[in-house]
Amino acid sequence: MTEALEAERVKPSSAATPAPPIALLAELTHRCPLACPYCSNPVALKPSSEELTTEQWVRVLREAAALGVLHVHFSGGEPLARSDLAELTAAARNAGLYTNLITSGIGLTQKRLKALAEAGMDHVQLSLQGTDAAMADLVAGYKGGYERKLAVADWVRAEGLPLTVNAVCHRHNMDRLEEMIDLSVRLGARRLEVATVQFHGWAERNRTQLMPTPEQAQTATRIVGEARERLRGILVIDYVPADYHARYPKPCMEGWGRVGLNIDPTGKVLPCHAAETIGWLEFDNVRSRLLDEIWYDGAAFNAFRGTDWMQEPCQSCERRDIDFGGCRCQAMALAGDAAATDPVCVKSPLHGELQTLAASAAHEPDTEFVYRGRA
Amino acid sequence: MNDRPDIGVEPLAQTITGHTVPALPRGVRVHDDKVRARTVLLAPERTLALDETSIAILNVTDGARSVRQISEALAEAYAAPVDVIEADVIGFFEALRDKRMVELT
Repeated sequence: MTEALEAERVKPSSAATPAPPIALLAELTHRCPLACPYCSNPVALKPSSEELTTEQWVRVLREAAALGVLHVHFSGGEPLARSDLAELTAAARNAGLYTNLITSGIGLTQKRLKALAEAGMDHVQLSLQGTDAAMADLVAGYKGGYERKLAVADWVRAEGLPLTVNAVCHRHNMDRLEEMIDLSVRLGARRLEVATVQFHGWAERNRTQLMPTPEQAQTATRIVGEARERLRGILVIDYVPADYHARYPKPCMEGWGRVGLNIDPTGKVLPCHAAETIGWLEFDNVRSRLLDEIWYDGAAFNAFRGTDWMQEPCQSCERRDIDFGGCRCQAMALAGDAAATDPVCVKSPLHGELQTLAASAAHEPDTEFVYRGRA
Repeated sequence: MNDRPDIGVEPLAQTITGHTVPALPRGVRVHDDKVRARTVLLAPERTLALDETSIAILNVTDGARSVRQISEALAEAYAAPVDVIEADVIGFFEALRDKRMVELT
């Protein structure tokens, strides 16, 4: 590499003054009654003794609103495991934030839902792991969960709150996508999120059990396209396709440090929920630094902002402002370099190898899942 | 497609006419985004920046007035022909309908 190129790499990012963030994913706790084998929490779960207090979260929610955040997504783990959820909801609404509950539904009663609605919860996003009890309870590792979830959906609708069904797709349930779409309509959901498993953390451990076949991935894309037409004005469908089978990577996080941030249960501020898999990144904590400073000046947030950090083929690629080079955590996991081109990309030298790996994983025989937190 | 489970009559998106009464449902609300000095419509996982026309429409959308009444109110305020305004109003609510961000009765 020439000196000129080196100089190029260290000059301030072209996104030296990034826009304020839109969304905050508030992972209130890693505690969860479910044990989904693709859980997005890190493999090393944080104990409840290290969680932020109510007062700390209230302060952070105010800091987030002042910074420009518009949506707060209360997530986990299972956010209902926090007994102060209604208090945090009220604090978020008072700060002017749009409040979203991302939940398994387990731990909710109709009375508690009413209390959350009264506190100002704007929207409920309910996960469904399948379209019948056998599949849903097997994937979640929680018997009786499916029936409880259907009851929760009824309560949400009765309360008049908007409902989103959150359906993570993988080899075991992808052939039932049509049923999931119909079920979402029957449950009165305004919105459905169909997200193919992303292979980080727990999902990476279950790759050979969860990987869809290329045919399943193609069929899912067709079904979503048809359903969007058929259900226009009835159900909005957001779709995350199976990127291991794609030609180009997903625009992960809509760009690193561009629109969203994640705060983990202990107050650590992450550019995305899997960012800790990039071992050399240093993360700030809301206990010791203002959120505003962390967003604009934090080392982790500036590590992959703009395009100056990019290597070839990303640096000169016509798609670099479309997909931002793909997913940094995936580049780390598969290429061993977080600044490399996401190996999903057809322009990556590792693309062929990845496709072989994906095809072979998809045809592994079904065995038992490695359940989150139980291994 | 024949093997899809039967859920009875497939629901259809509602056609919007002058008689339709639009209302913002629970979970969809106008917000003053002070940091960016703009007005936005907040909804599940969505943020829509509102232009002056959209803000004017939503200011007279109260869940009681029909599209025609909304259009008449705006035609008077902006001294514009009501038919032209009504086409804009219908277009605006059709876009919101397709995003599931408006209730229509």
